[in-house]
Amino acid sequence: MADDVLFEFLHMEMVSHVYKEQASRDDIDKDRITCVSILEGMGFRVGQGLIERCTKDYPTFKDDLDVMKFLCKDFWTSIFRKQVDNLRTNHQGTYVLQDNKFALLTQVSSGKQHLEEAPKYLAYSCGLIRGALSNLGLESVVTAEVSLMPSCKFQVVIQKS
Amino acid sequence: MTGSAKRINSELFTLTYGALVTQLCKDYENDEEVNKQLDKMGYNIGVRLIEDFLARSSVGRCHDFRETADVIAKVAFKMYLGITPSVTNWSPAGDEFSLILESNPLVDFVELPDNHSTLIYSNLLCGVLRGALEMVQMAVDVRFAQDTLRGDNVTEIRMKFIKRIEENLPAGDE
Repeated sequence: MADDVLFEFLHMEMVSHVYKEQASRDDIDKDRITCVSILEGMGFRVGQGLIERCTKDYPTFKDDLDVMKFLCKDFWTSIFRKQVDNLRTNHQGTYVLQDNKFALLTQVSSGKQHLEEAPKYLAYSCGLIRGALSNLGLESVVTAEVSLMPSCKFQVVIQKS
Repeated sequence: MTGSAKRINSELFTLTYGALVTQLCKDYENDEEVNKQLDKMGYNIGVRLIEDFLARSSVGRCHDFRETADVIAKVAFKMYLGITPSVTNWSPAGDEFSLILESNPLVDFVELPDNHSTLIYSNLLCGVLRGALEMVQMAVDVRFAQDTLRGDNVTEIRMKFIKRIEENLPAGDE
């Protein structure tokens, strides 16, 4: 079983690589969007894969909120070594997950330094969430925002089919 | 952690690594380039991972390459990948050895497609070892000699000691 820290190191290096790689190609304007979508896409497939292999271990969920709670507790703990600190919802399909000490931001900085860099380190995780939810039966749009590192908020909007 | 949480955790690194290799295969035209990128990324990880390793293990300075080999196999691999490769095939000069991995956690569920026969899937590991050892003043050459993904029975990493890197001590240090 791979040590947690390996994932964190690999993630940092992946982000660094994707951005370096794009910088060396043309079209500076598309850079940022492309990098985020590459990382998000990778996260999505991995999120799906993580859930795929464990479906028989899961209890059946009675509603969307149940799924989100699972995401905030078990899933978050297994990936980020702690639970989500705060889950809010408008009961109309939008959920906000707040993590006050997000594992993938703690090495970037604390406070407002390098704030503009933060989205790079959240894209993959947005994908993980979207992928996991997808295999749990919920299509969603996931975005993240940071105002003070290492705290961040993930917004999940469930898409009604 | 609950059972399902543990399972998710153990596959996170493996699946993430797989996604990375897939992405690199899209970014680069040929396997050779991908292998090089994996090695480079591994190196970047290794130079930082060594600090984590030294902080968490109580391993002191190794006196010779044999000690280094044992620490790599019995402490480092165990700590980070949960496996203990065996150390064998020492060269007569004692400057080269093999790590034999019965199982390779990176390759669970992986199959190499036909058009990637020269891809060294786990090449990140070589870079990690090289980078980590460089930070403790050892220049080494690391490569895969056998790979279960390419049909071999075991996975064998061959490590060769090149030279000691002199530390650059600031003037005044003892």
